[in-house]
Parts: sequence; structure tokens; C-alpha cells
Amino acid sequence: MIKKNTLITYAGLGLFGVFGPMIFPDYTLSMAYLWMMVLMASTWDTLGGQMGYNSLGNITFFGVGMYVSAIVQIAFFYDGGVGEYTSAMGAVKPEFTDSEYFYGLFFGIIAAALAALVLSLVLSTFMFGLRGPYFAIGSLGIAVMVAELTITIDYVGGASGISMPLFPGDIEFRSTFFYILCFILTIMAHFLLRWMYSTQFGLAINAIRDDEDKAEAMGIPTLVYKRIGWGVAAVFMGAIGAVAGNMAGFIDKEVAYPIPTFGIFMVAMVLLGGKGTLWGPVLGAIIFHVVKEATWTYLLNLQWIALGLILIVNIVYFQQGLMGWLQTKYPEKFGIVVDDGNSSDKAEA
Amino acid sequence: MKLKALALATGAAALAVSVAGTALAKVEGDTIILGSSISLTGKYATNGLHTQRGYDYAVKVINEAGGVKVGGKSYKLAVKYYDDESTPARGAQLAERLIQQDGVEYMLGPYSSGMTKAIAPVSEKFGVPMVEAEGASRSLFTQGYKYLFAVLSTSEQYLSTAIDLAAAERKKNFKSPSEVRVAMAFEGDPFSMDVRAGVVDKINEYGMKIIIDDQLPADLSDMSTTLTKVKALRPDILVISGHSKGAATAARQIDEMKVNVPMIALTHCEAAKVQEKFPNASTGFLCPTQWVETLSKSDAMFGSAAEWNEGFKADNPSYTSVPYQSAQASAAVYVFKEAFEAANSFDKDALRDAIAAVEMETFYGDIKFSEAGNNIAKPMFMRQIGADGSYSLVETFADMSYPRNVTY
Amino acid sequence: MLDNLQLLFVWAPILNVQVILEGIFVGAVFALSAYGLALVWGVMNIKNLAQGDFVIMGGYMALALSQANVPLPLILLIVVATMFVYGWVIYIGMIRRIIDQDMFVSLLATFGLSLLMQQVMNLIFGPEVKIIDLHMVNWDFFGNMVTVPSSKVLSLFLAAAIAFSVVLFMKKSRTGQAIRATAQDPRAARVLGINTDRIYAITFAFNSALCGAAGVLVAIIWVIQPFYGVTYSVRSFAIVTAAGLGNLPGVIGAAFGIGLVEKYTGMIIGTAYEVAAPVSMLVLVLIWRQYSMRRNRQVLR
Repeated sequence: MIKKNTLITYAGLGLFGVFGPMIFPDYTLSMAYLWMMVLMASTWDTLGGQMGYNSLGNITFFGVGMYVSAIVQIAFFYDGGVGEYTSAMGAVKPEFTDSEYFYGLFFGIIAAALAALVLSLVLSTFMFGLRGPYFAIGSLGIAVMVAELTITIDYVGGASGISMPLFPGDIEFRSTFFYILCFILTIMAHFLLRWMYSTQFGLAINAIRDDEDKAEAMGIPTLVYKRIGWGVAAVFMGAIGAVAGNMAGFIDKEVAYPIPTFGIFMVAMVLLGGKGTLWGPVLGAIIFHVVKEATWTYLLNLQWIALGLILIVNIVYFQQGLMGWLQTKYPEKFGIVVDDGNSSDKAEA
Repeated sequence: MKLKALALATGAAALAVSVAGTALAKVEGDTIILGSSISLTGKYATNGLHTQRGYDYAVKVINEAGGVKVGGKSYKLAVKYYDDESTPARGAQLAERLIQQDGVEYMLGPYSSGMTKAIAPVSEKFGVPMVEAEGASRSLFTQGYKYLFAVLSTSEQYLSTAIDLAAAERKKNFKSPSEVRVAMAFEGDPFSMDVRAGVVDKINEYGMKIIIDDQLPADLSDMSTTLTKVKALRPDILVISGHSKGAATAARQIDEMKVNVPMIALTHCEAAKVQEKFPNASTGFLCPTQWVETLSKSDAMFGSAAEWNEGFKADNPSYTSVPYQSAQASAAVYVFKEAFEAANSFDKDALRDAIAAVEMETFYGDIKFSEAGNNIAKPMFMRQIGADGSYSLVETFADMSYPRNVTY
Repeated sequence: MLDNLQLLFVWAPILNVQVILEGIFVGAVFALSAYGLALVWGVMNIKNLAQGDFVIMGGYMALALSQANVPLPLILLIVVATMFVYGWVIYIGMIRRIIDQDMFVSLLATFGLSLLMQQVMNLIFGPEVKIIDLHMVNWDFFGNMVTVPSSKVLSLFLAAAIAFSVVLFMKKSRTGQAIRATAQDPRAARVLGINTDRIYAITFAFNSALCGAAGVLVAIIWVIQPFYGVTYSVRSFAIVTAAGLGNLPGVIGAAFGIGLVEKYTGMIIGTAYEVAAPVSMLVLVLIWRQYSMRRNRQVLR
């Protein structure tokens, strides 16, 4: 049931995704981050836009995934503690063979996704009794707490951080490799979410957003759906965290848990593009990333000011986001039927 | 849906066009471009700025003195900066951008070991020589990097001299150094952890006892808990490291809580200007420094240490005392000049070899790089703040005033 | 950890006094900022993520004034007045349009404001940490075991005085009553002739002034830096969430409570956990409240 217009969009994006790095090889890493942002925005929207549970702490899974992957990648092939790999003085530098690196990375990503999933299930036991602002602040608190506690653990290098194993192969291969990883993860996430939204799950979470009490009263097992939603988000955040750790080459609290930046960016992106739609987050992420890169290049000392202003203007004056605005302007194109008659209804309100 | 496709396509095109920028080559006309990802915002911004000003001052002096001579022609130096926001991931990304998109082939280092740890793999992969002046972590030099060079002394040396002094005091009184009881407080960031490792090594060497070992959160500016314990347990020496913020907080709270320990050593005193802000409390502080303006070293470009100091202050009048971060930044640029002229080429591998072979005396101190890339010719200096707020050099125990007895 | 426990309770119990005092000093300043947040949240349903930045801004203003040798009481007055006006301006420019919106909108909009304010302050004042040194005496007791900087005592008194006058204002004055009425039911308030728009403006400006006052105190007893606002914002949120809205004694109690928890955790478990402590407390409080409500089959809204 794929409409023609959607096919065109996918084709366009797909071409861009596949050929982008070939046409603009200097921007490969930047584009990899673009897909990362798309993934972050899309998974955030599952809980935030579609379900109405605005989480400020999804970044926790990102960081946990990053650390878990580092542990797996290093501990598999090196007997000491992971923290020894980098910490102060005599940082050891074991040599990894190519296959060790890639095996490590592969298992690392999987382990990261699983660890994040487990964490989300654990958190679900008590987080979902909170609504609205409490859920948001609570999830933010979890993120800060996990970040602070991680750096007290000596096994993962404490506050010194972890130097990731060096990528075997030359730099262009490295950029392209990570680009492909990000792209694939994003595609997987997008299509999985797309399918999920078209099933019972999609209807259920929208019902939860619109009126949770009524949904419960109708017999929808809301906790199950909430768990699924957050679990899916966690899995992808964990996986992309693992990849991001390898891209950065050095992990510490700021890299793994960028709460005041990426943690909030993912929300801003979704708001920019339009909450609660499939394409809103994608659009928002793309625009946000482009604008951010542009302001960083051209407005060096003022980039944060520009970003702050854009955020404010967007939120205060343009809240429904791009998709929302487009949907209001051209509802027919989105398959939304606007009931034009019965203006007498308005008088009764 | 067409609108969507159009919007997305426009977005992609905008991405390409808007970010294209001007592709800078390594040498543009008669200017050699050095690249630097530096912390202009975020928690390292204070020292990032000190570093940037050091780079800029050196570039200015070198350009005014005729620039860099390669192949018989004179070239000016220029630095292209990006703000890495004190974030390692961003720094790595910007380093890649400098090298790939902007075509830079010579890098100046960022501020802090954490940032350098993130950027070094990038420049290493591209074979771009980087001379850095602000990443002192020992672990940077055990990774086998060939293209990384540091003009500063490595971090584990920062406070280990203080431990040596404490041991010397004991020996002078015919007692064993292992009697010394040490209290330490280090901020939870890679640099401070490195300093701590150096201190711990020395402590183990002498067999001293650690009675307080606190890790301070990076976002907090309150040491009262640690100082409360210090007052109760009465250590023989208190060692603190936490960047400028840590030094400022420590000085202030030592003043407020009237802490009296016979020996107190902390890093970043000058950068935090503790002798100005807390003249009474900071009396007796032992402060390690990479460089002193009374150093008796000099070079043809900047003159003596004092002359560099005067020149820098003339250009940056807001400084009453110049932090060593700026001095070593200038030294890094100077290394590049010497290397360019020695290699007489712009090829980055030839340049790399020239840097590795550099052996020079500068206003900052002697520079000679080991195999691993760190500077092995320059020691770390320890200074003590006197009652009048001046710093005096401490080379042996006899030079320092002991014990620290301050009336609040 | 065992050593620290022994230190506190066996060898030198007098240290408890110091730890408690530190906790109270910390708590007092946060109480002001938290109360302002609770006010804005309760009356206008705006979650102001820029709260900490308002505090820092007040601190910088105080710094600038103190460098011009303005005496302290005058500094407080000027800062409070200026921040009040600033809050009003922000309300008209921005907040007014997001009042009835989704909760998240206010969080994000104020996040944008926070970014803006941080950066502007960074550009103007530079990123170094700054303090106001009043050169006040530091008292010591119990043989130098407990020291109390008189500046912190002053700040405690000022915080108490401000809090007291705020409570008086809210209880006795017409505007205060109008604010409380609007908080309870904006529609009814409008029906009764209260200009809710004006009340909202006053509330937000009031919050801004309160933060400004807190900022003056912060500059005196700690350090200010353009990027420290986040810490204060998170703590304020933690306090308000723990105490619940519209509950002034609760807010003060929670503020002191969090201050004490922070200091004791630092003392007993380790300073590395000092930032994690209040945040963990927040999470625990949320869990506990939610659990006790679950027994009634309710949830925490």
C-alpha cells in the first residue's frame, strides 16, 4: 500500500543516502551524523510525539550503549580492565587484528542494543507511573544520574575515559564504513517504526496520547505498549551510541552523555519537523543538522546564539512544525479529510 | 507528497551548498594555513582563549619578523579556528573537517588532554603533523602516534615534585618519607586523573600514606566536604588539581574554612589568579608551572622569556600575569616555523620528520622531542606564592618556606 | 566509606555541624530559585529551563555593580528591579505566546532562551569563573573545627528575608491574591475581573527578580560562570518536583533536604557522588510518590 509520492520520496532519499558520500566525500562524516540525528529524532518521536510521553533522557541509552560496546570491543581480546586501555600514565595499547576489531564492533553493537533494551525495561517498571512533566524531569534525572555514576566506575576508566581501538584501514574507508553503519541503522529504525505505526501498536499509542485513561478503560494494555515503544527506541539509541563511540575515538562522560546538547536537540528536531508524524522527525532532523552545520561554519562566535534564536522562533511562532504546517495547508496531499460542512457545530461550542 | 520530496531534496541541496564553504588549501597564495579546533565555549573556554591568544601572538610576531621562508620565498602564517565547544566528539569532527574539507595539512593542538585524545587519532590517520601545547596526558604518548608532538611537559610531572618536596622535608629531619600523610582532591576529568596518577606513583615510591582521596565532580564548585575532612584528619600535604575553576574554589574555601596544612600544592594557580583574589589564603601555595617569565632561556624570535611576556601583555592588556598556557601555545607555532624552514618544503611527511628532529632553545624552554613525541628537554617548575603575592621559584626544599602558617 | 562514617560519628562528631551548615547554606540559595520556578510552573504552567541562567545573570549584574563599588543593599535593589523588567520583557516577547501550550513547548522555548542567555553572557563577560569578594570575616568555632564565613550567614539571612517578604506579598497584597487566584483557576479569575495576562507578566517578572536575588547571593558565596546555569536549573527542578507545586514550606524543606543530602553523601560516600546525589534523590522521590499513588490506582501527573 505504498503510495506513489512516498515511493518518490524514498527513492530520492535512498539515492542521496547511497550516492551522497560518493558525490561529496568530504562530507561523509557530517552526513553520517545527519543520519544519526534522523534516528535519534525518529526514535524519540515514538514515545514523545506518538505516545505523548516526552522523555528528556533517551540519551541515557546512547551513553550506556557506547560504554557497553567499548567494554565488549576491548574486553573480548584484552585481559586487563577496559579502563586500563586508556587511563592515566602507561595507557596500554594492545594491537587488535582486523578481524578482532570487526568482530568486536559487531558484537559490541549488538551488546549495546541489548543492554539498552534491558535498561529500558528496568526503567519502565517505575517510570511509566509518571505523567507529563514528571516523566520528562524524571527521565532527565535518570540521564544525569547514570552519567555521574558511570564516571565513578574504575573498570570503565572512571573519569579518564576510554580510548577506542583504532580503526584498521585508511581514513576514507573509515568514514564510509561508519557512514554505512549509521545509514543502515537509520533505515532499519525508520522502516520498523513505519510498520509498527501501521499496526495495532500505532493505534494504541496514539490512543494513549489522546487520552490514556480512556484507553486503559477500553482494555488496551498500555504498559505493554509503552514498554515496547521505549524498548524499540532504546535498542536503536544503544546501537547508534556504540557506533558514535567508535566514530569519536575517545569516550568520556561528555561524549557518551551529551545531555544539554543532543539530549535536547532530538526534541527540538522533532518539534521543528512536526511531532507525531512519521516524516516530521526526519524532516526536522535534516533541517536542524543543515542549519547547525551552516551556522557553525559561518557564524563562528555566534552559532549558539543563532541556534537559540531559531529554537525560540520556531517554538513560539511556528509550533506545529513543518509537517504540521504542511498538513494544515495541503491536507489532501496527506490523505487527511477535512470536514467542511456543519459550520453550525462551531456555534454550539 | 511531491512537496515532501521537494522539501527533502532542497534540504539535501542546501546541505551541500551551504556547507561547501571555501575550500582552503594548505597554502593559499603566500599564506600557510594552520588548522586548530579549539575550545572557545564550554568548560575549557577559559584556557582555550589563553591558548588562542598565544597562537595569535606568535603568528603576529613571526609574520612581522618576515614570516616563514620556504624555497626562497617568504610566507605568512595564519590559523583557521573552529570552536570545538569543549566536546571531544565535536573536536574530532572539526579536525576532520579542517583536514578534509578545508584542506589543512598542519594542525595546532586543542586545549586539554581529553580533546587531544579525541583529535590525535584523526590527524594521525591523515598523516597530518600536529604540534600541540595543551594536552599533557602521558597516555597520549603511549599510543604510538607518529604525527603528534607536544611542547609541554607531560601531566604526571605536574604535582609529583610536590611529593618530592614533602619527602625531602622528612629526610631533612632524619625521618622516613613514608611517614608523610597525603590528602588529595582531583577533579573527575582526564587531565586531573593523569596528574593524580603521577602523584600516586610518587607516593607509592616513597611508601607514603593516602588519607584522603577525593574525586571532585566536574560540574561542582564546592570543596567544603573535602576540606572538612582535611581539618579533621590533619594531613601533612594537600594536593589539589581541578583546572582554573578548581584552583579558584580551593583558594576561596581554604580561606573561608581557615584550613592550615603544612604544605599545599595545586595546579592552575596563575590561570585562576589566586594570588590576586585571595592574597592571604594563597600564601604558601605550591604551584607547578610549565614556564616562568623569569626563565633564563631565550630565542631569536621572541627574545627572552621576560621579553615574550612583555610583548604578549602589550598585545593583550587585560593580562596582569600571563598563564603558561599562552606561552606554550606560542612555542608550538614557533616549532612549526623552524620545522618549515628546516624541511624547506610543504610536504607533510617531510615536515613531520623536521619537527621530530627539532632541537631548539626558546623563550619557553628547551624543546626536543622523544620518539613518542613529547618534549623531554624541558622540566616542570614549581613555584611558591609568597605573602606579597609574588611567585618564587622552588628548586629544592631549601628554596621554599615551610610550613605554611597563615593567620586568617 | 566506613572511614568517613567513623570520622563523622565517632572520631569528630563536631564535623556534623559543619556539614549541616554547608547543606543549609547550599539549600537556602536553591530554595529561592526553586520557589520562583514553582511559582511560574504553578501559575502559568511554564517549566522554565532557563531558571539557572536568570540566576547567573543576576550574579553578573551584581558583579558589575560591585566592581563599580556600589554597596551591597543597593546592588540587591538594582538587580531585583532590573531583573523584574527583564522578566517582563521576556514575557511579552516570548512567554505570552506559549502559555496555553503543550508542556514541552515551554521547556524547549526556555531551553532556547537559556542557550541565548548563556552565550550572550559568555560574549560579554568571558568564560572565566568570577566571584564577588566582600572581604568579610570568617568565624570559627570549636577550635577551628567549624568555620562559618559571615558572607554565607549574610546570604542565609538575606534569603530568609526575601522569602519572608515574598510570602507576605503573596498572602496580603492584592496582587499576591490575584496571582494565587489565577493559579487556582484562571477562568474564574478572569470572570472576576482579574487581568490574567497582567498577572502572568507580573508572575514571570517576579520569578526573574527572585532569581536575580539568588544570583547576587551565589556571586557572593560561590562562583559564577556563564555555563553554570544548568546546574541550578536541574536542582530547582529536582526541588520543585520533590516538593510539589504551590507548597512553599515544602519547597524550602526540600531545598534544605537536598542540600543536606548532597553534603552528607559527599562526606560519607565520596565527593564524586555529590552531583549524582540530589538527582538520585529526585528519581527516588518520584518513584516513591508514584508507588504510593499506585496503590490508589492513581498516577503522578
